[in-house]
Amino acid sequence: MATKTYREALNEALREEMYRDPNVFIIGQDVGKFEGAYRVTQGLLAEFGPKRVKDAPISEMAIAGAGIGAAMAGLRPVVEFMTINFTLVAIDQIVNNAAKIRYMFGGQVSVPMVIRTPGGGGQQLTAQHSQNLENWYANTPGLKVVAPVTPADAKGLLKAAIRDPDPVFFLENLALYNTRGEVPDEEYEISIGTADIKREGTDISLIAHSRMVNVALQAAQRLQDEEGVSAEVVDIRSLRPLDTETIVNSVKKTNHAVTVEEGWTTFGVGGEMAALLADQAFDYLDAPVKRVGGEEVPMPYSKPLERAVIPSVDKVVSAAMEVLA
Amino acid sequence: MKQHMDYYRQMLRIRRCEEQIGWLFSRGLTMGTAHLSIGQEASAVGVMAATRPDDYAVSTHRGHGHLIAKGADPAMMLAEICGRATGFCRGKGGSQHIAVRELNFLGTNGITGGGLPVATGAALYAKTRKTGQVVLSFFGDGASNQGTFHESLNMAAAWKLPIVYVCENNGYAMFTPTCDVTSVVDISVRGAAYGIPGVKVDGMDLLAVREAAQLAILRARTGHGPTLLEVKTYRFCGHSKSDNGTKYRSREEIAEWEKRDPLRTWRARLIEEGVSEAEIEQLEADVELEMAEATRFALDSPYAEYEALEGVYADESARRYLPGFFNSSRDAAMAVEVSA
Repeated sequence: MATKTYREALNEALREEMYRDPNVFIIGQDVGKFEGAYRVTQGLLAEFGPKRVKDAPISEMAIAGAGIGAAMAGLRPVVEFMTINFTLVAIDQIVNNAAKIRYMFGGQVSVPMVIRTPGGGGQQLTAQHSQNLENWYANTPGLKVVAPVTPADAKGLLKAAIRDPDPVFFLENLALYNTRGEVPDEEYEISIGTADIKREGTDISLIAHSRMVNVALQAAQRLQDEEGVSAEVVDIRSLRPLDTETIVNSVKKTNHAVTVEEGWTTFGVGGEMAALLADQAFDYLDAPVKRVGGEEVPMPYSKPLERAVIPSVDKVVSAAMEVLA
Repeated sequence: MKQHMDYYRQMLRIRRCEEQIGWLFSRGLTMGTAHLSIGQEASAVGVMAATRPDDYAVSTHRGHGHLIAKGADPAMMLAEICGRATGFCRGKGGSQHIAVRELNFLGTNGITGGGLPVATGAALYAKTRKTGQVVLSFFGDGASNQGTFHESLNMAAAWKLPIVYVCENNGYAMFTPTCDVTSVVDISVRGAAYGIPGVKVDGMDLLAVREAAQLAILRARTGHGPTLLEVKTYRFCGHSKSDNGTKYRSREEIAEWEKRDPLRTWRARLIEEGVSEAEIEQLEADVELEMAEATRFALDSPYAEYEALEGVYADESARRYLPGFFNSSRDAAMAVEVSA
């Protein structure tokens, strides 16, 4: 195993899949000559040429739709949006076409397309460029939504997403691209629809996805060091389909749960987790589930204001202590 | 001559089939909505007459004519509109969501302008794979004011994609006169903004439509990129099943257009060309019979009653978002579906 960045892991997955399957191609803004707004597609234009790595106009609807049409005809597009915020411009194509085409056409055609895009705040990119909207897509039948946190998960899940016969919304995170982790050298993929226990514990389950898994891991360490609490960190990893078993089993063991998400709390992922636990682990819960999420405001600009809004290790620790109290 | 009779047959099949659809709705034999293209038949038949069978088509909410002209079986189309298991999409799509995979018909679409980017993507496929196929992207005048129109034409022009954008301008964006809400009189002039030919053609004249489509398709097939083809046409009926088309259009206007009914003028042309009245009547009787049988087939077909929860993903297990919930509520969901 070698240590790689999240960005490198994604790049490797793309390169390997493009060698494996000539139908795989990349389309998006600045994915070619500029090698990706966040350098995920570095070197791919030189290696595969402009037919496989297409620089598109700043036309999100046309980019998403072109991916859908090409996928229906037989290609395997990987569509890159510079950030999740810009998928809003394309949301009609994603929700009204990509998600529904297999079902509403009675199974005659599929849309084997991946939409890659980073979400998240913390870079002082402000209200229109710091959002977490993956729950919008996770709410939509017909889409699959994954949100890996480690480089290894990113590579394995991106490979699975590209090979998947259905549209996959692949959430990255601006603050993860430079993070490092061990990535297996051998060929592997990670099944979409599997959660992962990132840290074992016995007293409380911290349930998170994407970058907030790292926040939860730091909180778990603090809880151990300062409070003597053994926290288990459950990485949801796949929002849709959801690995309910792993999540529910964790809480059956720890009897306590805190959810952590970067997006707004209301109508969010944590709410879904709380409903799931109420439905399937009610008798195992010793206390109500607590949700930690982004404060309910558009993202402010200045560093202190931004910090006040994004979920922090402090907030997770104090929520956990409240639940355990 | 046989070809001219075929064109008449195709236009008449569309007309009679859509009349059946109107009848099914008026009798309450099917519900929901449908958008008829009565009056616009020369556009669908004229354009399709210029295509190759393996060319792709992407259509709109007003797509029955495109489907039939491309070769779709009206019985299966009517079955779909009646929500039956024998429909093209097993009753999951309805009028606005009909695809026919083996005809490379990539779907009617319920969102104004929603199909243009998808059609552009199919053209990207054809160009990438060098298949020689051309994509026919149908849309209306209303869609030409959507962002998808502008984004798609720019993209296809920049990449010289093999696609023909066919704007069927029937003068009304739902219930609003196109001229009230559109910056140009002829939508075809918008081609200039993307450096591609913009061609306008009389949509009541089948041969003119065919000729213009032939040129545009030839251009696309030989690597010269897209064309914006504006077909000036008119719907004699309302926008949808909830509208008879007279609140926002004068009866005089409708009557004026009806004088140029493409079926009537084409029939007169056949007579002039020496086809006997008897031959035409035979053809008309055949079409009547075909559509009556197609309607009976649709109404006699069963519903796909137990499939409501199936077919969202290739792998059914992926739909089990909350397995516990799903299992316990499956029977209840089925019961609701059956009684509905």
